[in-house]
Amino acid sequence: MTETSLHTLEDEIAQGPHDAGFGDFFALLKPRVMTLVVFTAAVGLLAAPIGLHWIEAIAAILFIAIGAGASGALNMWWDADIDAVMKRTAKRPIPSGRVDPQDALNLGLGLSGFSVVMLGLAANWLAAGLLAFTIFFYAVVYSMWLKRSTPQNIVIGGAAGAFPPMIGWVAATGSVSVESVLMFALIFMWTPPHFWALALFMRSDYDDAGVPMLTVTHGRRATRVHILAYTVILAVLAVAAAFTGIGGPIYLAVAVVCNAIFLRDAVKIWRRDEDMSEVDNFKIEKSFFRFSLFYLFAHFTAILIEALIPGSVWAALGMGVWA
Amino acid sequence: MSFASEHEMHKRRKGRNMGVALCLVAFIALMFALTTVKIRDSGPVEGFDHAPRASALPATEGEG
Repeated sequence: MTETSLHTLEDEIAQGPHDAGFGDFFALLKPRVMTLVVFTAAVGLLAAPIGLHWIEAIAAILFIAIGAGASGALNMWWDADIDAVMKRTAKRPIPSGRVDPQDALNLGLGLSGFSVVMLGLAANWLAAGLLAFTIFFYAVVYSMWLKRSTPQNIVIGGAAGAFPPMIGWVAATGSVSVESVLMFALIFMWTPPHFWALALFMRSDYDDAGVPMLTVTHGRRATRVHILAYTVILAVLAVAAAFTGIGGPIYLAVAVVCNAIFLRDAVKIWRRDEDMSEVDNFKIEKSFFRFSLFYLFAHFTAILIEALIPGSVWAALGMGVWA
Repeated sequence: MSFASEHEMHKRRKGRNMGVALCLVAFIALMFALTTVKIRDSGPVEGFDHAPRASALPATEGEG
């Protein structure tokens, strides 16, 4: 081994943290968020009246998930400075030094282009256009613009997370319809109370990072009021959806039970003040946040079940309104 | 100065290369399956070899 090559190897070893493994790059794609994207996109695709061949369906869902992951990588690249400050995000690949920011940007841009083109080829170009818009919305509109400039960041930025079921639906049908808009609306209205509950108990994080969350700009009392207001609107929307094309008796039962629990906890959060929350270490806020994850899963599972049950079954049971 | 035959850095690189290789193989398999489905869904394909294409033959008298 020559002296030069020895030095090169030594230098590379010294740069160990930048020599990322496969798992570090995969972590850039926010795999937990991708799981939710895969699930909601799959429901949107399977609930559509027009079926795709199963290989086309798998390909479409995969490329939607890769697009979501790409936007996650772009978000991590842009937000590396505030991720380093926040306890919840400090161990992400860039702030922890495992991935070079330039590599994250390259991966995000590369996978964005790849996923959009491949979805266009596998399904159709309207779905691909929607995916491109979603990536742009999350990476540019939300991450670069809204997140650091307005307390409405979560409200408007939530649209990015609401698009996957609509893209799944469009991948199957080739058009946007009322049903896909309803699935979009469900996630769109669910996002603010979900994140505001998180902001209530991860309180120092957003303060330290200077992110203008509602808790920081309007105070914690106003955040509690907002959680209740959005939960009420969400409950009305979620239950009303039972009487549309994506609904049915099973969905109605799930929506009534889940929204009753969600509303009850939102009222509890609204009635509490900071002292009460401190005493039990934000028990209600944490349980509201955890339940919100189940809430979304339950609603979309119910939509999927309704789509799989033929309308004739409900007609035979005397529930012709859902036939 | 000596280096262990399998330094942690080498392990990491090997893992990364294996991951990329598996992704490429999976992508090729998916493309093959997707192409097969797309071609099958596009209807019967007329070839230029072995058999004349019915649609390319000149119309004969009596056909209507």
